Order: sequence, then C-alpha cells, then structure tokens
Amino acid sequence: MNPPPSAEPAPLGLAPEGTVHVHHEHHEIGFIRKYIFSTDHKVIGMQFMFTGLIFLVLGGLLAMAIRWQLAFPWQEMPVIGRLLFPETGRVVSPEYYTMLFTMHGTVMIFFVIIPLLTGAFGNFLIPLMIGAPDMAFPKLNMMGYWAMLPAIFFLMLGFGAEGGGPAAGWTAYPPLSTITSAAPGSASAQTYWLLALTWVGVSSMMGAVNYVTTIAKMRAPGMTLYRMPLSIWGLGVAAILQLFALPVLTAAGFMQLFDRVLHTGFFTPTNLVVNNVGVDYAVANPETATAAGGHPLLWQHLFWFYSHPAVYIMVVPAMGFASDIIAVHARKPIFGYKPMVYSIAGIAGLGFIVWGHHMFTSGMNPTVGMVFMVSTIMIALPSAIKVFNWLGTLWGARIRFTTPMLYALAFVSMFIIGGLSGIWMAATPVDVYIHDTYIVVAHFHYVVFAGSVFAILAAIYHWFPKMFGRMMNETLGKIHFFGTFIFTNGVFYMMHQLGIAGLMRRTADPYSYEIYAHLQPLNEAISYCAFALFAWQIFFVINFFHSLFWGRRVGRNPWQATTLEWQAPSPPGHGNFDHQLEVHRGPYEYSGPEVEEDYLPQTRKL
Amino acid sequence: MKELVLRIATTILFLLVPILGVWTFVGSAYPGKWWPEVYAAWFPENVSTYGPKIDQLFNLILWMVGITFVLTEGILVWCIFWYGKPRKSKAWFSHGNHKLELIWTAVPSVLLLIIAFSQMGAWAEIKFTSHMGKFPDGTEGPYSAEQPLMEVYASQFDWRARYADPSGNFDGVDVIESAYDIYVPADTPVVFHLKSRDVLHAFFVPQFRLKQDAVPGLTIPVWFQAEEGSYDLICAELCGWGHYKMAGRVHVIPKDEFERWLADQRDALYSNGTDDLAEAD
Repeated sequence: MNPPPSAEPAPLGLAPEGTVHVHHEHHEIGFIRKYIFSTDHKVIGMQFMFTGLIFLVLGGLLAMAIRWQLAFPWQEMPVIGRLLFPETGRVVSPEYYTMLFTMHGTVMIFFVIIPLLTGAFGNFLIPLMIGAPDMAFPKLNMMGYWAMLPAIFFLMLGFGAEGGGPAAGWTAYPPLSTITSAAPGSASAQTYWLLALTWVGVSSMMGAVNYVTTIAKMRAPGMTLYRMPLSIWGLGVAAILQLFALPVLTAAGFMQLFDRVLHTGFFTPTNLVVNNVGVDYAVANPETATAAGGHPLLWQHLFWFYSHPAVYIMVVPAMGFASDIIAVHARKPIFGYKPMVYSIAGIAGLGFIVWGHHMFTSGMNPTVGMVFMVSTIMIALPSAIKVFNWLGTLWGARIRFTTPMLYALAFVSMFIIGGLSGIWMAATPVDVYIHDTYIVVAHFHYVVFAGSVFAILAAIYHWFPKMFGRMMNETLGKIHFFGTFIFTNGVFYMMHQLGIAGLMRRTADPYSYEIYAHLQPLNEAISYCAFALFAWQIFFVINFFHSLFWGRRVGRNPWQATTLEWQAPSPPGHGNFDHQLEVHRGPYEYSGPEVEEDYLPQTRKL
Repeated sequence: MKELVLRIATTILFLLVPILGVWTFVGSAYPGKWWPEVYAAWFPENVSTYGPKIDQLFNLILWMVGITFVLTEGILVWCIFWYGKPRKSKAWFSHGNHKLELIWTAVPSVLLLIIAFSQMGAWAEIKFTSHMGKFPDGTEGPYSAEQPLMEVYASQFDWRARYADPSGNFDGVDVIESAYDIYVPADTPVVFHLKSRDVLHAFFVPQFRLKQDAVPGLTIPVWFQAEEGSYDLICAELCGWGHYKMAGRVHVIPKDEFERWLADQRDALYSNGTDDLAEAD
C-alpha cells in the first residue's frame, strides 16, 4: 500500500527549506471524516484507545468468570448465570471454561495490550514526539484501524459459533485446533478465531510499516536517533519486531486454516484417531482425499516464533513509557540513556532466538532445549540493565507523586517480580516441573498486567492532558492506584505458590485431584481479590469520563516536560504544531545547570 | 501535610512488596504460627531420583532472585522515601556512569551464566536417551530407551499403559493393557514410550517432578525412578473439554509384587475369562 498523498499534507517532515506543510488554511472537515474515517494520527490513536479499553472490560469479565469457577467449581453463578447458562443450570460447563481462558488470552493480547500500546499510543505519540505533522502514510494508518473491524466481527462470531466458542487455548495448538471433532469449539469457532487473528495481523502490519517509516523519515530537524525519547525507541523497535515476526504468524494461521477447511495436513500426523474415528482423510474420504503426515510441533515453532517476540512487543513500548514518565516526574535525566537504548535493541534481537523455551516439555530435541535455555537466561541481562538504570534515574531525584508517576514506579516494582520469576521458567530442569503451572500464569501476568497494563495506565494519566486538553482528577487517580496495586498483588502473587505446589493452569476443577484438594481456599482468596480488582476500576472509568468533559483545562505543558509533544497545543490540532520545531538537545534535560527552571525543552535554543 | 501523607503512604505501599513477598515464600514453605496452614502451598513430596536435583536448582534460583528482589525493591523504596522529600535544590544532574553500567552488566551476566550452566547436568539426566534407564550410580537397569517397560498411550480423556510381551514386543497378542491404573516397579529406573492417539496431552506426576507432552505421531522415551506409593497422574496440556478430569494413577509397587502383578495379568489373558465364570458360580 502506498497511497498518493493527494488529499493530505505532503508527508515530509524535512522539507528543503526547513519548513513543514502545516495546514494553516483551515478547511472544514465533516464529522465523519474528522472522527470516523479520520486520517489524523491522533484521532486514530483515540479510536484504538477506546476500542482497547472496551475490550479490556470484556477480557476482564472473562477473567472474572474464570476466577468464579476456580473459587467455586460447578457452583451456580449468581445473577449472570441465569442469563449466560440457562441450559447447564447456571453453572460454567467444562467446555465453556475452555472457551473462557482461550478468549481471555486472545482478547487481552490481540485486542487490548497490542492495540493500546502500539495502536493507541504508537499512533498518538510517534508524530508528536518526533515533531512530525502526521504519520508517513495517513490513509494506510486509517485502514490500519478499520482492519480491526473485521477482526472484531470474527472474534464476536466466534463467541456465538455453533458448538461453542474457540476452545484450543490462545496458543491454538493442533491437532486440538485443527480436527473439528476434537473439541466443541473446534467445530467452526476456531475458523473465526483464525480469521480474527489474521485481521489483527493486517492491522498491526499497516501500523508497523507506518511507525518505522515515520520514525525513519519524518523526524524534525535536529532530532537525531539518539535524541529520541525512549518511548519512540520502544515503539519503533516493537514495530520492527512486528514487521519481522508477523508474516510467520500469518502464514502459520493460513496453514492452520487450510488444515481445517481444505483438509491439508501441515499439522496433522498420520493414524490419528479422534473420538474413535480415524482422521486420516485419505482413508476416510477417498474422493476428497488429502494429506496427513504433518507435525503438530511445527505449529508450536511457527506460533512461538511470532508470539515470543510478541511478548516483547507488549513490553518494550511499556518500558519506554515508564522511562519517559519517570524522567518527567522525577525531574531527572534518564540514567544511562544509551544503555537503555541498547538494552531495548538487545531484548528485541535476543527475542527472536528464545521461542523454544515455550517448548521444553513439548518433545523437542533436548539438545536444542539447552541452546534455548542459554539464550533465554541471557535475555534477563538487558532487562536487568533497564531496572538498574531506572533505579539510577530515581537516585537523587525530586520525585513528584503524581498518578502517572505512581503507576510508572509500580511498573518498575512489578516488572522486577515478573522478570525475576522468568529465570525459573528458562531453567530447563526446573521448567520440567513448573511448565504450564500457575507459576507461569503469575510470571506473565506480572509482566503483561502489572507491567504493560500499569504502564498503559501511567501513559493514559500522563498524556491525557495532551490528548484532551484537560487533566484527570488526581485524587480519584490515587484512589484508583492504591486499590489497583494492592489487589493486583493479591491476585497474582500467590499464584507463584500455587505453581510451586504443581497446580496446572487451564484446569476447570483441580480439586478433584488428591494433590490439589488443599489449594481451594487459596484460590478462593485470589478470586475475591480479582473481583475487587475488577470492581475497583470503576474509579478509573468515572475519572476518565468525568475528566473528558469536566476536567481542569490545561495549557501546553502541564507537567513541565521537555519532549516535543508538550510544545504542541493541548489538544493539538490537525498538523500538530503551529510552527516548525527544531531540536537542540536530548529528551531528558531535567535539573540541568544551564537554565534556572528544572527543565530545558528539546526545542529551546540557548 | 497532604504531601507528607502521600509520600509516606507510597513508601509503605512499595515497602510491602519485598516484605510480604519474602514472607509469603517463607510462610508457604514453613507454615505454622506466622502463616495459616490453610494457605500453605509448597512443593509436594518428592519421590523420584532426579526430583531433588530439580528442587535444588529451583532453590538455587530462588535464593539468587530473592536477594536481587530484596535489593532492587529496597533501593526503589529508599528512592521513593528519600527523594520524594520536597527540597529547594534541583535533582542530581547526571546522565549516567560508564563504570556503573559496566559493573551491572558484567556481574549479572556472570551470575546468569552460572545459573544456565548449572542446569545442564540435571537436564541431560532427565532428557537424554543415553541417561535413561540407569540407576543413580550409573549401572544399567533392566529397561532402556530402546527396550522400555511399557508404552503409555494418552487419548481424550484417559491414560492407558501397554506392557511389552516377554520378548519385548508391543504388537503381539501377549501385550498387557491397563487403563487408568499404571503399575511400575519401585526403586527401578522405569523407561516408557509416551504416545498420543489424538491430540496433545502431557504426562505429569508432580511427586516425580516429571512432565512430558505426548505428541501424536511421535514416540517419546521418558524415564523415572520412584519410591513406593500411589500418585496422581495429571494431564498437563490442554486436550479438550474433559482436560480437567483426564486423571490416572501411577502405582509404584515393590519389584517382586510388580512381577507377580504382571504374571497375574498374563495368566488372566490366557485364562480366557473362565476364572471369572467359575467365580460367578
């Protein structure tokens, strides 16, 4: 896709005369062009943000149902049970449970975290932070959002599919996912699931092309690579990861689709017997004879070749946001800016050669497992460097306890837990025991929920004034923070203990096993924390919508920050900046000796 | 005043992370006065020969990450408390320190490499076919990856063991099958071939510290040597709606008792069920 920039400002940040095509002439844009089919990166960013937040509620509700079943297996669900499961006597059925965790993972990863980080904040921040009037390809950008629509359509179709929703886990391991008779959810829902994922991929791909091009070509004069804020490094590296890894997932998704629809045999071995029926199509249906002889592990390799880098797509931008927010509210330059950049690059590079750690017990050659173990353990190094540099940034700081800062600090605190617990999973012999137990669930929720979602919340509180020209309420924000922090740990910390006790994930009723029976009270306590965590988000919802309409109006730079987005009006108009920006220094000049105040914007000429 | 309250509250909140974090681990491992028994969750009893090595490696990492956890969270809490104090002067203007970066790159990389290489021996012992079927002292046991005691078949949603006939074949008429209950000899390195008929499953016995996926189309040799007892066998890889109830039971019984059980099964195979008829009379 390379749309001619006919109706748009010339996508050039660096015009020869050092001027930028800004729309000084104000032509009227209708409501539909302005808010629905918008090519403005800020509006598209907000479309992604609202979509992501709505799906966060849906993903949260799915999690609540999971927690209900784990606390009170096979008990009637109050109120909602009557609506959802009239035919099972208001209880979660086993097949419904498999759908719940499948869709919880799918929704949270592909419809919440990635769209919020790269879709919402990638769109909103990249042009603003590098001093560009818009993305390089505004129409492609618009299509990137609208590609989410078929994705949402197919996802929702999956919920209502005959036989039940997709139920092969968010990892969709074949043959469970490819053989239609293997699970109720594999009848037709899995096909919709694959189509939904493909469309999310199309959306991400359009975004990634745009982000990389925009960062490479449209930086304001003086904005060298090493003067870019770490958010931009994080978003740019995440976009590169998408560009390299997504084609593999898309191809694998189509292979699985072909296995299901055209009866190819990429992932189907010979002599498979499901429900006492042979699935060897060559024998069963000589007319439509197609192949078997494939290999289930092939999918795992292809899937994790994308999905492990995807883990870093979900955390690298979050690290960037946390770094920027910490620098602003600590009034101090980032400690070790270049090591921070190198460690982002190191995480991304190593991220491509660690996927096998998801497969230590899969039957993969154990020698290969050793190689993946060493690379996986070594990826802890760049993460450790980042933590040390955040601590270095806070050392000698002048911390302002604003809500975004509290969330950014919580990101660091929680990321330490999530990072450290990863070492157990990387160690192959230990993983033989803890693989697929709750310690893994604890680990990735500390990274993706207490890490990435906290960073997203920090970013919303931090950039809300820029997005809407109004502040969010600080008191409500702090109430929201304290409760969220406490209940998050209440939910996820003790899952480490469950994992050490050997409790399996994805198990609808573990207590029927002698060895797990004693874990029910602990799970019940975790569930109460989860319900409280979900309910507590009402403070965020109230704050968000109240501030949207009635929040305190602010000027351009309410946090006294240095980066370029704070030079634009709040909210920025079409074309972002009212004059051509020139960059004179790095992004983190706080508390320097050159000026009296404690911040020196990137654009100020001394 | 309001600022002081906020600063102290934030400090306490972040201080609770390392304190409760360590307490939870210690309490779960040693429940009692300071940790309610009902919330205790720790390793189940360990009955296999390589199990203690896995637990030791877990504990080695637990100590290393535990110390790192307390140190880093402690520094974070200190920064929040001390540098959150309102001051007239500006913050320390520093863009970093090359020497510090070198130290905190080099030291963790050495520690991480130590962790990585300390895993290799146990991994090889559990997984490499050349190690399978040997007693802990290295002497050959009765079974090997080429000559296993049994095949274990996983299918939706049950476990089935097939014991080789006296000549070591699995395709003859003398093969003994046992569903749900799997009998193996105690204190003997047991090797078996893990297979699946339909989708992915995983053979997981927490007390053995053993987990291995069963993959249709693959024959995966697996081994363990365990003490006497009867243990839950759990499917650890999502295999469909009945995944949660795909249970089995591994009975580790004395060697002579196992031989007797095997002989009885074989007799029953040849008796053509006439014994049952006789009993029914």
